[in-house]
Amino acid sequence: MVYFGNIKPIKGKVHIEKNRCKGCAFCVEYCPKDVLEMSEEFNVKGYHPPFVKDEDACVYCQLCESICPEFAIFVTIKEEEEEGEKGESRP
Amino acid sequence: MTKEDRLEAKNPSEKFLRMDRIPHIWCPGCGIGTVVTSFNEALKKSKIDLDDVVVVSGIGCTGRVAGYVKLDSFHSTHGRAIPFATGLKLANPNLNVVVFSGDGDIFGIGGNHFIHAARRNMDITVICVNNFNYAMTGGQVAATTPIGANASTAPYGNFEFSFSLPYLAEAAGATYVARWTALHLRRVTKSIQEALAKPGFSLIEVITPCVTLYARRNRLGDGLNLLKYYYDKSVIEHGADTRTLDISYQGKLVVGKFIDKEKPTFLHAMNEHMTKILGDKFVKYGE
Repeated sequence: MVYFGNIKPIKGKVHIEKNRCKGCAFCVEYCPKDVLEMSEEFNVKGYHPPFVKDEDACVYCQLCESICPEFAIFVTIKEEEEEGEKGESRP
Repeated sequence: MTKEDRLEAKNPSEKFLRMDRIPHIWCPGCGIGTVVTSFNEALKKSKIDLDDVVVVSGIGCTGRVAGYVKLDSFHSTHGRAIPFATGLKLANPNLNVVVFSGDGDIFGIGGNHFIHAARRNMDITVICVNNFNYAMTGGQVAATTPIGANASTAPYGNFEFSFSLPYLAEAAGATYVARWTALHLRRVTKSIQEALAKPGFSLIEVITPCVTLYARRNRLGDGLNLLKYYYDKSVIEHGADTRTLDISYQGKLVVGKFIDKEKPTFLHAMNEHMTKILGDKFVKYGE
């Protein structure tokens, strides 16, 4: 991937409320980075919720959060481990 | 995800919802929840005081929205959401009144109320979730069912001509008319923001998939297929002539912002007229 200067893309962390999911697969289909995938396991209601397949690929676009009809998925900004590096990368 | 994660981070939509009523009753693959998320996003972005927002809805699947949003809300009788909203707006002109209801409720049962609210240019925002049938009562033919579509009261296909909602709204005098599909998430959000800020009658029609009835009876697949299909079939034409916006069965969908014009609202017109007639004796209301 090509980045301009030393700007780093924001990383996201996906949170899934599995037991609220009804397995419609909107988030899996429309995630632009293919972060999510439907799981084989069942939730308490008997639906297949999605799981995070590739968390590093998430760029915090929040599309899954907007598209979810069940309010069961949302994204937060992933904190960087080294604070010094974070300050440097964000001019 | 562990339990601790869940405690520290919360879904941003939860601020706008009565979480004790969630999970909601909508079917898996239904698009109404997506429209509610877009509405919540629009409320957040437009930074209006949530105490000044009222959601009114009628009966039907979309009518349940009034029970799920954590705002002042009222779940009125079938088709009577707009008269109730009109009353609210006139009793307290500072409120931002939003009517959130379905096509069967607003245009089928309450069609007359819609045209009169639009004619008077009441300052309310109508979000109409159009799923092409009366979904909650079992998939009967609605005023928006396209010709040829199968419904439970039209087992050999529908032959009634249907309403074109933007055309009807423009003819009746609405000042803001837009149509989107449920997958145009950010555009729906932007339209709701514009409509909330607009003084005058605004209509936003959102086309959503109905999985259990419309899709099943017409063999159109599941919610995901239909959501994708509507999006793929849609063509964005801002400012298109509303006479050309008929929806045919599985045909092209013209979406976009069609009308955005300035016109005095009901209260403004009343104040102006009465001041002209009575002069200083008249005390202006709501301005």
